[in-house]
Amino acid sequence: MKPNTVIVDYGVGNLRSVARALEFCGAEAKISADPKAIALADRVVLPGVGAFGDCMLELQTRGLQKALMEFVDTDRPFLGICVGMQILHEIGEEFGQHEGLGIIAGRVSPIPAVGTDGYLHKVPYIGWSGIFPPENKETSWRNTILAETKKGANVYFVHSFGAKPTNPEHILAVYYYNGQPITAAVRSQNVYGCQFHPEKSGQVGLQIIKDFLKL
Amino acid sequence: MTNLRLIARLDIKAPNLIKGVRLEGLRVVGDPQAYATRYYEQGIDEILYIDIVASLYERNNLSDLVRYTAENIFIPMTVGGGVRSLHDVEQLLLFGADKIAINTAAIRRPELISEVAKRFGSQCMVLSIEAKKQRDGSWEAYTDNGREKTGRDVLEWARMGQDLGAGEILITSVDQEGTRKGFDIEMCRTISDAISIPLIISGGMGSIDHFLAVAKEGHANAVAMADVLHYDRLSLSDIRQAALTNGISVRQP
Repeated sequence: MKPNTVIVDYGVGNLRSVARALEFCGAEAKISADPKAIALADRVVLPGVGAFGDCMLELQTRGLQKALMEFVDTDRPFLGICVGMQILHEIGEEFGQHEGLGIIAGRVSPIPAVGTDGYLHKVPYIGWSGIFPPENKETSWRNTILAETKKGANVYFVHSFGAKPTNPEHILAVYYYNGQPITAAVRSQNVYGCQFHPEKSGQVGLQIIKDFLKL
Repeated sequence: MTNLRLIARLDIKAPNLIKGVRLEGLRVVGDPQAYATRYYEQGIDEILYIDIVASLYERNNLSDLVRYTAENIFIPMTVGGGVRSLHDVEQLLLFGADKIAINTAAIRRPELISEVAKRFGSQCMVLSIEAKKQRDGSWEAYTDNGREKTGRDVLEWARMGQDLGAGEILITSVDQEGTRKGFDIEMCRTISDAISIPLIISGGMGSIDHFLAVAKEGHANAVAMADVLHYDRLSLSDIRQAALTNGISVRQP
């Protein structure tokens, strides 16, 4: 049977693109704002664009925060994408301080406006960058959503804020923006988050989605 | 170094992919779906659709094409031409566009930039500017495929767009577009250095030397290409290879 994957509909994000990419990778994708559908799902994907605070507000208004927290506790695979990854953290600093879901300890703050060469660079960062395991650390991608991704493979980013998990072991991958390491993917047990858009990252992104469906 | 983004620009007069010279004198090239699919398979970084006749009808006619692309092509897609309102933006995003390029409606009512950015996020608000060089060396913003003057200085308009919440600027040189004589590198550098958001340069690419010149001297974050790809004058692998040889980082899919 195809894995039943629910894409959380909370009024933000290009849900159809995420659904289509999941279907292409063999999932049965359902866009839903129903807490019951989330409770029954094999997998949950939380997309998100726009501001951290707005996304949290929309989740709360629709009464979805509790359903998501309960799902996470079941140990079934969960994937946050872009702002959906950022709100997994405790605090977001976009337009003031906002409380996130707090599944991963850490903050979401502006990405540095300068490279390591000291020169200003463009923010938002929009583009394709290679992702790597964090430095000075033995991070294995085995049995994760990056199981079949090559180190340095390019994926598509568009963001102005980046996650800084308190526990470095929660960082699964980073990319380098003019020398500055920026969190590209996080993981805490069954919960994954991608700052990049796997649904917009060509073959590399589709492979990441396939690996998520294999978890 | 950050990868320079390679964008395929497809100007559309529904249902056809067309190509003009200086945004006029349109010729039919073919089926846009087939071309977009080919570029995706060859590893283009992004697809840009502009409805070139939308301004005449005051509406964008690309919904079928945008839907098709969203279903089959898993890279970012920007859509522009005839986008007038928040409602238009919402429709195109629902059809599957990731970013929306707005020119005329933003000139008429600059607050639209803020409204789109606030509602859907800066990341999807691309300010599109048609630029024509003036005698004094500055550039003026135009609308309606380079026919209507706006009285706005391109540099000031780009900065204002950024301050209003645009996430990216797309600049098309009306003078160079479709001429295959190269990009307006001086304009590209001047504007890109004056803003803190990414800049896409469009208009004029006819050879690999034009690409290398704008990549090295233009300070652009992304390069849009049209007829050089549509007529197969260069392949994406040629472009990537030349970039590598010349120390320019581009995505290697």
